[in-house]
Amino acid sequence: MTAAVADSPGVGSRRTRRDVLLQSEAVQGLGLISPTFLYAVVFLLAPIIVVIAHSFWTQHYLTIDRTFTLENYRIALTEPIYRDLLWRSLYISLTVSFLTVVFAYPIAYFISFHGGRHKGLWLFLITIPFWTSYLLRVMAWKVILGYNGVLNSGLMGLGIIDEPSTALLYNSSAVIITLTHAWAAFAILPIFVSLEKVDRTLVEAATDLGDGPLRSFLRVTLPLSIPGVIAALLIVMIPTVGDYVTPKLVGGKDGVMIANAIQVQFGKAANWPLGAALSVTTMVIVTLMALASVFIIRSAARMAR
Amino acid sequence: MSGLRRFLPGRSWLGAYAAIYVGFLYLPVVFLPIFSINTAATPKFPLSGYTLKWYEELPHTPALLDAAWNSLVVGISASVLATTLGILAARAITRYRFPGRRTINGLIMAPLVLPEIIVAISMLLVMLQLGLSLSLFTVVLGHVLICIPYSMTVLISGFEGFDRSLEEASADLGESAFGTFRRVTLPMVMPAIISSLLVSFTISLDEFIIAFFLTGTEATLPIYIWGQLRFAAKLPGVLALGTLLLVLSFVMLSIAEVLRRRAARRTSNEGGLYA
Repeated sequence: MTAAVADSPGVGSRRTRRDVLLQSEAVQGLGLISPTFLYAVVFLLAPIIVVIAHSFWTQHYLTIDRTFTLENYRIALTEPIYRDLLWRSLYISLTVSFLTVVFAYPIAYFISFHGGRHKGLWLFLITIPFWTSYLLRVMAWKVILGYNGVLNSGLMGLGIIDEPSTALLYNSSAVIITLTHAWAAFAILPIFVSLEKVDRTLVEAATDLGDGPLRSFLRVTLPLSIPGVIAALLIVMIPTVGDYVTPKLVGGKDGVMIANAIQVQFGKAANWPLGAALSVTTMVIVTLMALASVFIIRSAARMAR
Repeated sequence: MSGLRRFLPGRSWLGAYAAIYVGFLYLPVVFLPIFSINTAATPKFPLSGYTLKWYEELPHTPALLDAAWNSLVVGISASVLATTLGILAARAITRYRFPGRRTINGLIMAPLVLPEIIVAISMLLVMLQLGLSLSLFTVVLGHVLICIPYSMTVLISGFEGFDRSLEEASADLGESAFGTFRRVTLPMVMPAIISSLLVSFTISLDEFIIAFFLTGTEATLPIYIWGQLRFAAKLPGVLALGTLLLVLSFVMLSIAEVLRRRAARRTSNEGGLYA
């Protein structure tokens, strides 16, 4: 109704009409998005604030003592068990995110530059395995890497090894392989999108001006696709640091990650404040690691030019 | 120079790499159906024989049927709620400019880049603080939160590039705001909405961590599977179930993808789920 009034000619001067229109647009937009926004505030933002608050409290059996303390953070950062789990989680998520991006880049490049009419089909093919039950994909890796698993029985059948290798399963490498597989689609898609945005005439111009394929790739295509690389890196790095299922199923004793410790604090150990402090610490450190990675990649891309 | 060029990422090298990579992506997935029709309980080569007994046992497992029913209820509730909230937000984002647009959008999309365990434990803490008992309802609340970003991505691609002059024409011809929405906007965006429902349902059907933390005594399918994974002898049954779920997800996502493309074509916009 307001829009109709503002639209009709001759109401007020040009400027006020514009203001009314803008204002009503802002009000309408905010009104429309507010239910979803409120949902996110109530079930995401508020809960995260509650977690942060808990991380500064202590728990005595079933009651929470709300006096401010940094004790939980001291435990999270200095107790060897949590410190080790934290380091291992960071190491695994960093390795997984870099491996995923490095393996994903060529395929995203192939689809974008040589996919032709079949781009959509390629993307669909790549996303299908990612939609199968996450638990079962991890389980399938256990089947592949296990003592009596596909890889061992296959290698023995080929006569390459005499007895099954135990080095394949129940360690950090098994976790890294499984996660690299699980997050592949998340890395390919953002890189693909940014490669699609690369202006092809710029690549042609570089070639016309005498750059070979490698140089024009390094100087034109790669720098222009860096936003996609960074998006892919972050979208893999941050969630994998808190993965629970993979370390639990294929990690064994040497592949346990911080999420398993967090779960214990909210379950059996029932020490919510410590669990909260572990969560907050993990998020803060992984954010710092992500920012550092972004900085390094941006600098490296600038140098490559 | 020509010697060097042979090693540069040319079309054929990249094509071969792409094929190998897709093979790697499908590697674990193909073992589900293979070992689900194998007679031996331990999944290893060589295969011992062909059987469908693992599939035949599935309908005679009450716990599985309960879990499937629970997953269906949760999936439908979560996808309807997430899509409803997604429609409002996607419409606001694509149609209006307003202050705080980026921040609000960032918060709504945040579950996409947060570890699920963080989302799960923070919701768990709040539910317990509020004295809400954990049930399938709390699982739905969690699933809606993580489905909204995916729903938004699908819907925004359907709404973007939407020709506003059609709506203006409808308004000029005397249609009310609601009438315009129902008779002009809705038919054009319907494929995107159905696509969003299917994607959200698939996510909810597969989601484990949030359901694991937020459910009371009732199990969803992934929780049931998680319980079964502890018993080596139950593995073939789980693989059979997994194969059926795989087929179900594949069918639903194929439909979603076809619809999304149709929506994108109707509003003459490229990009989509991946953009």
